Amino acid sequence: MFRTALRNVLAHKARLLMTTLAVLLGTAFVAGTLVFTDTLGEALKNSSARSFSDISVAVTDPAADAYAGAAQRNRRGPALTEDVLRRISAADGVAGARGVVTGFAGVADRAGALIGDGWSTTGTNFAPGAGGRDPRYPMAEGRGPSGPGEAALDAATAAKGGLRVGDTVRVAVNGPVMRLRLTGVFRTDDPRVSSGGSLVLFDTPTAQRLYLTPGRYSEIDAAAAPGTSETALLGRIEGLLPKGGALKAETGRRLADDQAAQIARATDNLSTALLAFAGIALFVGVFLIANTFTMLVAQRTRELALLRAVGASRRQVTRSVLAEALAVGVAASLGGLAAGVGIAVGMRAVMGATGVDLPDGPLVVTPSTVLVSLAVGTLVTVLAAWLPARRAATIPPVAAMSSAELPASQRSLRVRNSLGAALAVLGAAAVVYGASTGGSAGRMPVAVGAVLVLVGVFVLTPLLSRPVIALAGPLLGGAFGVSGRLARRNAVRNPRRTAATASALTVGVTLISALSVIGASVGAAVDRAVTDGMKADYMVSMANYASLSPEVARGIAKVPGVSAVSPVESVPLRLGGRSQEVSGVDAAALGELVEVRMRSGSAGALAQGRLLVRADVARERGWRTGSAVRAAYPDGSRARLVVGGVFEENALLSEAVLAGRVLDPHVRQPYVRQVLVKGADGAGPALQRALRDATGDNPLIKVEDRDGVRASFSGKIGFLLNLLYGLLAMAVLIAVLGVVNTLAMSVFERRREIGMLRAVGLDRSGVKRMVRLESLVISLFGAVLGIGLGTFLAWAVNGTLRAELDGLTTVVPPATVGYLLAGAAVIGLLAALWPARRASRLDVLESIKAA
Amino acid sequence: MTTTADPVLTGRAAARATDLSKVYGEGETRVVALDRVSVEFRRGEFTAIMGPSGSGKSTLMHCMAGLDTVSSGSATIGATELVGLKDKELTRLRRDHVGFVFQSFNLLPTLTALENITLPMDIAGRKADREWLDRVIATVGLSGRLSHRPAQLSGGQQQRVACARALAGRPEIVFADEPTGNLDSRSGAEILSFLRNSVRELGQTVVMVTHDPVAASYADRVVFLADGRIVDELHGPTADGVLDRMRRFDAKGRTS
Repeated sequence: MFRTALRNVLAHKARLLMTTLAVLLGTAFVAGTLVFTDTLGEALKNSSARSFSDISVAVTDPAADAYAGAAQRNRRGPALTEDVLRRISAADGVAGARGVVTGFAGVADRAGALIGDGWSTTGTNFAPGAGGRDPRYPMAEGRGPSGPGEAALDAATAAKGGLRVGDTVRVAVNGPVMRLRLTGVFRTDDPRVSSGGSLVLFDTPTAQRLYLTPGRYSEIDAAAAPGTSETALLGRIEGLLPKGGALKAETGRRLADDQAAQIARATDNLSTALLAFAGIALFVGVFLIANTFTMLVAQRTRELALLRAVGASRRQVTRSVLAEALAVGVAASLGGLAAGVGIAVGMRAVMGATGVDLPDGPLVVTPSTVLVSLAVGTLVTVLAAWLPARRAATIPPVAAMSSAELPASQRSLRVRNSLGAALAVLGAAAVVYGASTGGSAGRMPVAVGAVLVLVGVFVLTPLLSRPVIALAGPLLGGAFGVSGRLARRNAVRNPRRTAATASALTVGVTLISALSVIGASVGAAVDRAVTDGMKADYMVSMANYASLSPEVARGIAKVPGVSAVSPVESVPLRLGGRSQEVSGVDAAALGELVEVRMRSGSAGALAQGRLLVRADVARERGWRTGSAVRAAYPDGSRARLVVGGVFEENALLSEAVLAGRVLDPHVRQPYVRQVLVKGADGAGPALQRALRDATGDNPLIKVEDRDGVRASFSGKIGFLLNLLYGLLAMAVLIAVLGVVNTLAMSVFERRREIGMLRAVGLDRSGVKRMVRLESLVISLFGAVLGIGLGTFLAWAVNGTLRAELDGLTTVVPPATVGYLLAGAAVIGLLAALWPARRASRLDVLESIKAA
Repeated sequence: MTTTADPVLTGRAAARATDLSKVYGEGETRVVALDRVSVEFRRGEFTAIMGPSGSGKSTLMHCMAGLDTVSSGSATIGATELVGLKDKELTRLRRDHVGFVFQSFNLLPTLTALENITLPMDIAGRKADREWLDRVIATVGLSGRLSHRPAQLSGGQQQRVACARALAGRPEIVFADEPTGNLDSRSGAEILSFLRNSVRELGQTVVMVTHDPVAASYADRVVFLADGRIVDELHGPTADGVLDRMRRFDAKGRTS
């Protein structure tokens, strides 16, 4: 029996090709998605990972951390000084201790552009031990920096920027750019560097001056002497630390564990998103394979019945189909796995070429990827073959003898429709309920509901195909005559097959349209928030969201042609016993830079030292214009502030606003989020150039006009969308091949009819047109369904985001809908190319006689 | 193609073959299906082509209907020479001047009976001649079933739809390939009567390939084919007469 199955496989090469292709594509999609997501996830983890292998105990000063927020920066307490370092070095059981200063440092290439995509731009101090070497950074060339005008670079960054030892390097921290001499190029296996970041070394005094204050470290790393355990050393070092501060000592192992946990947390959302994609990939793959096999077995009914007629038992028939499926499944899955790895590589290349920045890293093909892909390919193929095979086995042998055409399965769709309707209604209810909660609590119902609705609609697709396609009927008949009418009839004649063909496309279009609508809606809301509130012509900020140097605002104020400037500081203040984020601004310039819409009071009250409060905060805290509020500043001093007005939410301002004049005396290290600038003659290239010059051409500092601000806000959303579109493009590709497959098969099934049409006078182009139009109709049907579903789901997701993003309304971008429909039409036409050609070339006589 | 003056409709013969040969394969596998056949089908006549399996009767019909290519010789429908016509021209000729009835009905399952009947005219983008159409439909007795789909019709009814389709466009000639092969004898008799009536009452020209002497007896004239050649002809046949001739060929075939 196995031999019969194998012969079968070989006897029908065309059919075999289509099945294998379907399985291969499904598997490739699954494997490609898994490889891509694993690789990306690994690279993202590495981009923020740090090696703790040579550290036994590390003491950190949270106030000196490069990532410290405004609250930590302004905490008072003992610091990690030269004195602490000396005491730790001298402690019992310490083999060596090193003071470390770390912060951001952007490196410019020869053209002045930032190297390393801004993923991880780190600067730290070169701490040479005896012999002038720092064991962490072995020099490949040259020597370590030893003075204020010197720096060393990691080899990868130096190569990217075309920089050699002896060259002048432009390095920027948070102020004007510095021109330093490159004294050395070093090797490092720091994962942050291998994932595409850059690392700059300064000598210790320079690093301290740039990032902290002279003589202060952000971290002290100690290595234990042989025979001393990490925990023992930890106890000893803790005893040496000055009391009453936030200084924290941890063992190296603990730090490594903490980091791993933190990275896992940070990339958790992404992992979930990527996993969801793998799930979708699986879904599409399973769908495609199952559909193809169902159709194939339907096609072979007569052949299987013949086997039964000559004495094969039901079980033997079933088994032969299964054996065939197994052979195809295994072979195609292996091919699919290889193709999937190729797709993942290609996708990274494409995304890199189109300017989507992703962290770098080696390709990750995990054993689970291999197992899952192979299992999916093989199991789904076998399962998909099993059901129809069982059905085939129950066919009476007489069916083999009758030469009459077997009518398309007209088994009642009632069960299917009831089930689909129930699922869809249940899902829609969950989605609507979730959306109505307006917050993150609604996410779960929306997610579960979305899956139910999707599955429900897929189950219902055969039912939906008739009325939806009927809408296109008059148009088709009118514009394309008999070919159009025949195409429409063919499109609805076998609802199951039409549904199977359209569904693959529906999945992709649903996701793309949902993402587009969410993206457009969020983008529009952000856009409104940003541009409505901004009157300034330029916004100056750090590319890495670090604090700008206070020097920047002072420098900009001196630029000719600037009519108003204000830094926007972000300072946490305890107001009425609770911490609130307060923006510190220049009270005199604010009115010219920011459109402050007052609910009550006036913005002018700022100049009198009064507090402005955002409307939602005022409502929550029960404050109104004239209320007196107790305030505690970061330096510990207290005051009574009077609320001078209540303003509507503005993207540029925090929960409350206070004049910088009032705030600054109490803030040691201000966290300057941005500097807003208004030009006397508005925005212009000359002013932009002048602003760039005033910021010392620091590649890390962005000078953006209003369009730029809008672009970089939407760019953040755009990056995510692009990533997802890349994955979805794969789903659509699979869908196209699915459509080709189904069409080719239906052309094959209908060759008798096509022969007759040719005999009674339909010419080749008429046949081609008929097949193409059928494909077009089915594709558009899939797309319409997808757009409808996608928009509905996007509306629901927007509902759950409303709490976080004020003024979020669902925006359906007509251009995107147009593109999707046009895209679906093109897909339909492309998919029909080959089947239509095949249909038009059929030999009339042979086709008429075909059984 | 320009058929404004309709040259097809001139001349006495609806279709004519002259020295028509059809050869399949080459060398060792060379098979002569038709060997210099010359035959004429006169307008308003019901002709049956008979012969044993492999005699070339279906090939003759396919060649003369423009469904198959010819190796040598000529085939005409009306005044139009088929040899040398391009696929597009042949397609149009079939559409406008030839009607077909196939053994296995060959209706489109998605169309209603009426839509199937008017299909060739729909393809041509022509309006059906309403009066003629009503007459054809009345003759085949399908008036009550025009909105049915093929799956809702019996075999005999389906074949009547196919006949109506062949006649609806008032073709120059109708070719019927074993039209009763898939039918029980009663339905078969109905179809044959209908074909004969379409010649007698509607003035159509019908050529039918069959191997059933009873079916052939409905025709005005029977042409006998054997080994790719026309071997005999019978006018005003009866079933017994046809059977008798057939037996004689068989005997001849065995003795020679």
